[in-house]
Amino acid sequence: MSFLLECPNCGVREVTDFGFGGEVSARPKSRPSFRELNTYNYFRRNVAGVQREWWFHRSGCRAWFIAERDTTTNDVKFTALPGSGDPGGEAAKAAPEAGGDLL
Amino acid sequence: MSRLNPQSGERIDRTKTISFTFDGKKVEAYEGDTIGSALYAAGRRTFGRSFKYHRRRGLMCVAGQCPNCICAVDGVGGGGVRACIEPVREGITVTHVNAAPSLEFDAMRATDIAGGPFTPPGFYYKTFIRPRRLWPLYEKILRNAAGLGKLRRSQPEREWRTEYRRRHADVLVTGGGVAGLAAALAAARLGADVVLADEGAEPGGQQLIESERQGLAALVADVRDAGVEIIDKGSALGYFDGLVAVWQRDTLHQVRAGRHVFATGVIEQPLVFAGNDLPGVMLAGGARRLVSLYAVSPGRRAVVATTSDRGLHAAQALRAAGVQIVAVADLRPETGALAQQLRSEGIPVFSGHTVIEARGSKAVEEAIIQPVVGGSEHAFECDLVVVSGGTIPASSLLLQAGARSAYDAGRGHFAVSELPANVFAAGEVAGADTDLAAAASGELAGLRAAHALGLGDDTSAAREAELASSLAEPAAPDLAVAPPVSGSGRGKCFACLCEDVTAKDVHLSIEEGYDSIELAKRYTTVTMGPCQGRMCQLPSVRLMAQETGQGLEQVGVTTARPPWVSVPMGILGGRPVEPAKRSSIHERHRALKATIKWAGDWRRAYDYGDPEGEALNVNRAAGLIDVSTLGKLIVRGADAGEFLDRLYPNRFSNLKPGRIRYGVISSDAGRIVDDGTICRIDEDSFYVTTTSSGAGAMEEWFSWWLADWGDRVNLTDVTQGVGAVNLAGPRAREIMAAVTDLDCSNEAFAYLDGKQAQIAGVQCLILRIGFVGEVGYEIHFPAAYGQHIWDALMEAGAPLGLRPFGLEPQRILRLQKLHILVGQDTDSESTPFGAAMPWIVKLDKEQDFIGKWALEHYSQHGAGVALVGFTMPNGDVPTEGAVVLDAQGTPAGQVTSSRHSPVLDRTIGMAWVPEAFAEDGAQITISDEGRTLTAEIQTKPFYDPEGEVLRS
Repeated sequence: MSFLLECPNCGVREVTDFGFGGEVSARPKSRPSFRELNTYNYFRRNVAGVQREWWFHRSGCRAWFIAERDTTTNDVKFTALPGSGDPGGEAAKAAPEAGGDLL
Repeated sequence: MSRLNPQSGERIDRTKTISFTFDGKKVEAYEGDTIGSALYAAGRRTFGRSFKYHRRRGLMCVAGQCPNCICAVDGVGGGGVRACIEPVREGITVTHVNAAPSLEFDAMRATDIAGGPFTPPGFYYKTFIRPRRLWPLYEKILRNAAGLGKLRRSQPEREWRTEYRRRHADVLVTGGGVAGLAAALAAARLGADVVLADEGAEPGGQQLIESERQGLAALVADVRDAGVEIIDKGSALGYFDGLVAVWQRDTLHQVRAGRHVFATGVIEQPLVFAGNDLPGVMLAGGARRLVSLYAVSPGRRAVVATTSDRGLHAAQALRAAGVQIVAVADLRPETGALAQQLRSEGIPVFSGHTVIEARGSKAVEEAIIQPVVGGSEHAFECDLVVVSGGTIPASSLLLQAGARSAYDAGRGHFAVSELPANVFAAGEVAGADTDLAAAASGELAGLRAAHALGLGDDTSAAREAELASSLAEPAAPDLAVAPPVSGSGRGKCFACLCEDVTAKDVHLSIEEGYDSIELAKRYTTVTMGPCQGRMCQLPSVRLMAQETGQGLEQVGVTTARPPWVSVPMGILGGRPVEPAKRSSIHERHRALKATIKWAGDWRRAYDYGDPEGEALNVNRAAGLIDVSTLGKLIVRGADAGEFLDRLYPNRFSNLKPGRIRYGVISSDAGRIVDDGTICRIDEDSFYVTTTSSGAGAMEEWFSWWLADWGDRVNLTDVTQGVGAVNLAGPRAREIMAAVTDLDCSNEAFAYLDGKQAQIAGVQCLILRIGFVGEVGYEIHFPAAYGQHIWDALMEAGAPLGLRPFGLEPQRILRLQKLHILVGQDTDSESTPFGAAMPWIVKLDKEQDFIGKWALEHYSQHGAGVALVGFTMPNGDVPTEGAVVLDAQGTPAGQVTSSRHSPVLDRTIGMAWVPEAFAEDGAQITISDEGRTLTAEIQTKPFYDPEGEVLRS
């Protein structure tokens, strides 16, 4: 794996500068069933395509940000700090709701 | 030393001689020689012994492609060093590999002469399988026989430094032949930032073997003038999502480019015939390189076998260098213009013929040629057989980049097709057969790459269109496709020189059912040797097709994977860097002769020579430990209390300023992740400590949730900037009185109070916590004052018996109090309920917190296992990790900590046991490396169980 990511604070850097925080998953907002809880804790969508995910600029400004990346090509669609100017691409719409229906 | 007259483009400098040794004998060379060219000039024909049969092998490709001349230089090598391209250096010691006792007399040669039937593919699975009990012996023998060269047992430290370099460019051109140079020039002239990686000693590629190098020097000068960075002697190892790793001497360049042009050329193929591996059988390009670059004659009398004009050009060039061409076997049935010309010059050209056998004891003495379709054979005495069996594109990098390959029947090889969008191919790899076509296709690729980046103008666009149309219809290739094997039955016909795989072996593997190329590859190991398929991929595919009756397209090729060039592991490893963190007090620990050990990235004082004595001294008088490694976070802001309430299972918003509370971080799965103490400094600020090993991860964890929730909180990691020591013991309070004006009486400064005050003139944060179970003060200060604070405390404490203590006595002391050590006593399965800390989980908290739902579940259903203390009646100290057995003798838990406690003078420990055993006095059985021990459970701390000492 080797590609570039644009840190919203620092700019374009090699991916080795960053830590990967996994795909964005929705934390249940109210008490989940045991099955929903385990789905949230242990199951990932593992999308082959555009995925919304967390990245951490470990060797830089140490900020967490959101990226949408095509997992099959490593083509990064956009990056943004959470809650600021996040265009919320197609992957955002596809992100699972609390508990999800992954099983 | 025998040399030809000076050649027009020779690389050697005849005014400078260099000497080195080969197998102990001195060899003279010129500067510019390679080890291979110098040895060949000195008359050496055998350069190594083959992998399995230990047959003599000589120079063949003279381009670092084949495995034949692998050697070791100054004891290093075997796989990585090829004599034919390794430059000579004064005084180096070169030795052969894979032959014993000597290169000329190799005992393992017996495997070739007598071992044929016993060494089919997979022979060691078949031969050495019975009797089973002898396998350890077999393994020893096979280990000795396997591999090329020897690894040195010890590597002197930092003898060889390697570096990484990151380079971002607009365009990377890989391959510095005519096409690559033209591509680089075209792109650079349109303003692109271009890097050119070329593996040769100088750019030029195939042009370098020609005596007339049309405009090459001018082209290279233009390329340099256009601002192209040329990485010479740079081997491209692989393509990784737009990044190409280029190995140049001691540097690994990681070149990331927006567009890639691959002008990697073609690899000349050998022919498969009986004895095709004898020294003296040489590729046409190899023979020509010996002549034109090093002025070394490859032989006196040569037979040439070819499938295209390549061999005929070689015949001409060799003849010009004084080699007698006794016969040319041209596989093409019709006699072409060049062949006519050769005949007119008196060279016998046999059209429609190919070589079927090379004979000789130590090297070629005779070659036999025969018509492909019936007819009688001709034998020629010779000392050189020049072969040119066609070419294959050097397409590995292109294929790694996502290109596909398809069988091209006209050329008899797998050609590149369907390039991905940001990748271009130029020159021979893209099918350009002539220099002129190569230059044009290079320029076209360079223009396309630049245009794709938005550079260029109308003129360049017109030029692109012109070149594209001129290259649209390439001339039909004038070549014949060689038969998969000729002369089988006359002797071993090698499809793969690296691994000694013969045509017969391929036949056998198919017979045994390995009938796909990927399976045959793994079974026979064809294409898996040092040449990485350069010499054997196409021959093995052809044999496969012939044996199975499939088309070549159906057989296909094996997957192209990095590295394309054998590379030392040290290059991939980069510079050996092991970053170490040291606290600001580190020099004091060294002066005190502490045992310094690694603890994560930290270098820490493990003990000061007497761990039990140090622990006992804390319980009896006072001790001082450097805890600067603790993670330290300042959480500040209007929402700080609420933020911590959501991160921790217990409450912090109701903590009073100046008070401290212990906290355990749990994941949403309810598992213990970290622990530490939190002191509320004022209404808006909290000082959070984490474990030493968890410091980095906790900062990420805190900031991650902060990013998600967006609370009005600022997080500052002060781990590096703030040092800390813990002063503990019955005399600690007296020592404090000597260094601070702060009233440290129990009434004024109670257990779990946090106060800011000056110590020895430095403003500190002092936390009264129960770190090691005695009255203790954890003092946090600006790291720069570390030695000052340490010295002040040590001086004040000396009359009161203060001694420093290290990490190991700290573990004894904390174990006495049953304080868990996250990561040692807990793992990724441990919950606060299991770890006997149900009191830390406040399920009645109104707001949500991380781990709430999972912890609710465990509070109702139990954790199944429990972390408990134990003692050993007979004084044994079980190994940490020893297994706890249940009543049936089934493993049901494990020992996580165990020590001898000096103050209690007995064995104490912690273990995970089934919940049912978690009561005082219960007996458990521990299986410890063959011993069966009995332990007694104790759920309360071993030392000061009610915490009276702590609060006093």
